[in-house]
Amino acid sequence: MANSFTRLISGRNTAVLLASLGAGTMATGYLLSENSSLAAEAKKMLYPPSSDFPDLRKHNNCMASALTPAIYARLRDKVTPNNWTLDQCIQTGVDNPGHPFIKTVGCVAGDEETYEVFAELFDPIIKDRHNGYDPRTMTHPTDLDASKITHGVFDDNYVLSSRVRTGRSIRGLSLPPACSRAERREVERVVVTALAGLKEDLAGRYYSLGEMTEREQQQLIDDHFLFDKPVSPLLTCAFMARDWPDARGIWHNNEKTFLIWVNEEDHTRVISMEKGGNMKRVFERFCRGLKQVEHLIQERGWEFMWNEHLGYVLTCPSNLGTGLRAGVHVRLPKLSKDQRFSKILDNLRLQKRGTGGVDTAATGDTFDISNNDRLGKSEVELVQLVVDGVNYLIECEKRLERGQDIKVPAPIAQFRK
Amino acid sequence: MPFGNTHNEMKLKFTSEQEYPDLSKHNNHMAKVLTPAMYEGLRSKQTPSGFTLDDVIQTGIDNPGHPFIMTVGCVAGDEETYEVFKELLDPVIEDRHGGYKPSDKHKTDLNPDNLKGGDDLDPNYVLSSRVRTGRSVRGFCLPPHCSRGERRAVEKLSIEALASLSGDLNGKYYALKNMTDAEQQQLIDDHFLFDKPVSPLLLASGMGRDWPDARGIWHNDNKTFLVWVNEEDHLRVISMQKGGNMKEVFNRFCTGLTKIETLFKERGHAFMWNEHLGYVLTCPSNLGTGLRAGVHVKLPNMSKHAKFEDVLKRLRLQKRGTGGVDTAAVGGVFDISNADRLGFSEVELVQMMVDGIKLLIEMEKKLEKGQSIDDLIPAQK
Repeated sequence: MANSFTRLISGRNTAVLLASLGAGTMATGYLLSENSSLAAEAKKMLYPPSSDFPDLRKHNNCMASALTPAIYARLRDKVTPNNWTLDQCIQTGVDNPGHPFIKTVGCVAGDEETYEVFAELFDPIIKDRHNGYDPRTMTHPTDLDASKITHGVFDDNYVLSSRVRTGRSIRGLSLPPACSRAERREVERVVVTALAGLKEDLAGRYYSLGEMTEREQQQLIDDHFLFDKPVSPLLTCAFMARDWPDARGIWHNNEKTFLIWVNEEDHTRVISMEKGGNMKRVFERFCRGLKQVEHLIQERGWEFMWNEHLGYVLTCPSNLGTGLRAGVHVRLPKLSKDQRFSKILDNLRLQKRGTGGVDTAATGDTFDISNNDRLGKSEVELVQLVVDGVNYLIECEKRLERGQDIKVPAPIAQFRK
Repeated sequence: MPFGNTHNEMKLKFTSEQEYPDLSKHNNHMAKVLTPAMYEGLRSKQTPSGFTLDDVIQTGIDNPGHPFIMTVGCVAGDEETYEVFKELLDPVIEDRHGGYKPSDKHKTDLNPDNLKGGDDLDPNYVLSSRVRTGRSVRGFCLPPHCSRGERRAVEKLSIEALASLSGDLNGKYYALKNMTDAEQQQLIDDHFLFDKPVSPLLLASGMGRDWPDARGIWHNDNKTFLVWVNEEDHLRVISMQKGGNMKEVFNRFCTGLTKIETLFKERGHAFMWNEHLGYVLTCPSNLGTGLRAGVHVKLPNMSKHAKFEDVLKRLRLQKRGTGGVDTAAVGGVFDISNADRLGFSEVELVQMMVDGIKLLIEMEKKLEKGQSIDDLIPAQK
């Protein structure tokens, strides 16, 4: 019956017809139509945005704080040039009401254009997450000149290891929540080809997750390099684990101090690390490696996603700007028991995590200490901030060892307006 | 949501070969059937609501295989999926449902009077009896694909229909997102509460989205008839009770289902059904009757016998642990149910199960006495 109906009215003006006959019964008929654009029109009438608005009453994340029925109504039927939708951006925030201690972001980008097409939602989220940074009016500084870092070598008696990480996205290919298998494989191809061009202390090898041998896998686990299929619902609800382990892999240099994850939460995650406290050298290698990789992909006509308002564009809005987390594993047995510890960290714009990463608690006296901020300050500024902050923490620890008192430092200013 | 999958158009920029999934380590029905040529032929299609081939098969790509059971590896997003993607789904159905052909017709029989016996399963062995099925409401997308608005509409319809049930079927609806702690605990104690799926088979197909919005449980006051709303299917309908009176369970099942169907029809909504596939559900494994009739039964001796698996196969029965499909049996107590869903009517399936359980108990009793069961081994049904 639906088919004959469709034939009968083909060529008529759909909107007039729907309006004149009343959306309800007519729409049900159209739903059975083989013509998908007719069906889509019918659905829009049967299900206005208000019927689809998510129930966020028990939610505590940036998306739930920012999304209103009015914003949803304006954005629901929009698509990015890759046909990514608002519902897909926010699905992870709808499915994960919130963490009691950490306010999660609750939305992801499917492509570079997400941040523009859905700016009405993403701009307030960026402001909320990044200390009031306004992408409409402010510009983000990029600075990868490691020579500017001062006092960047820590006391090895306290700092066990130093690490800097960031992410980079390849312009023109969809991000992990949205990418098709072909796109993901293309990201892998572009990146692995470029990395093969690295030389000397950066020369290394790629291990595809799907093809590595048991022995290679064990070695990568022992080196603490291996990443596995995401289990966090924050990531799986954002569609990032599809087709695992297709086109995922790990590249690292022979010296095991420069490491790149391919197609995990971002197109690439770039990590420089070593044992001990030489953060300056870690950052120097980080910057050199990043610049060389960028040069190698540019030779082949590719570039990273970047713009002057958002800096480097990544999947999660929390990683915009520098995408940089610079940190150390540091022993602070006395300071960590001092009740001023949290306040000191806050004022230094540092955060503590357990040594297992973001979802872990600290064991014993060793902490992962790193920068809070990502956007609005350059890489050099953030690393210097971590360097100065960690030096201060070590100084406090030494003073407490000597029975001396410590001071809570004045709060560091946020980015220049 | 723009109710269409224009995202698929973007993928067509790449060749079929570039998009084809790596199924080299996979063991599920979808992986057995899908070929590069088939993928190429189907990848540009979509159902009227925008469900595409990649949507159908994503769960099978993300879940290479299950240790105990050969999984299906594909799902439907709406009723039309089974038509638009028949080139893939017909062979999957044939493989899963014992050679069921695209031209075959499925018989529906929900007349409980046609069941012979079944009220006399030995309660010393049979701890509980249960029959479940699913139903989909025509005109709405299925759980992998539905929008929040559609899911809520299905819930609203279900609540209205179920509220009209009376007598032995008088009951109450508990929305998952509103229930009190006390209600939740009671439902857990009754073994009624379903929680957000954790199985990656379900999550990878998109069924867990927006949990617990528009999900809920309805049950009658006697706690013998239960309906799940918006879990893996629009509706899952369950009749159960302790002991071995499967006839009573099946009576209530048929009566309740028929009443619910009438109530939905009165509100202008039919269940998804056609004469080839029977009742249309999310997973191809549940087509036809969608019916799983089973018992929790003590078979400590029989289960250790070398011929146990073979006997089950001949009887067209399957075993599971008492925790459900993803569990192993504990303490010699098994969940034994019909293996088939499509190509046999509801009455036929329950009859086979009832007859089969009777035989298994007879064998168990013989083994207890140290006697042989060789002369009881049945022919293949």
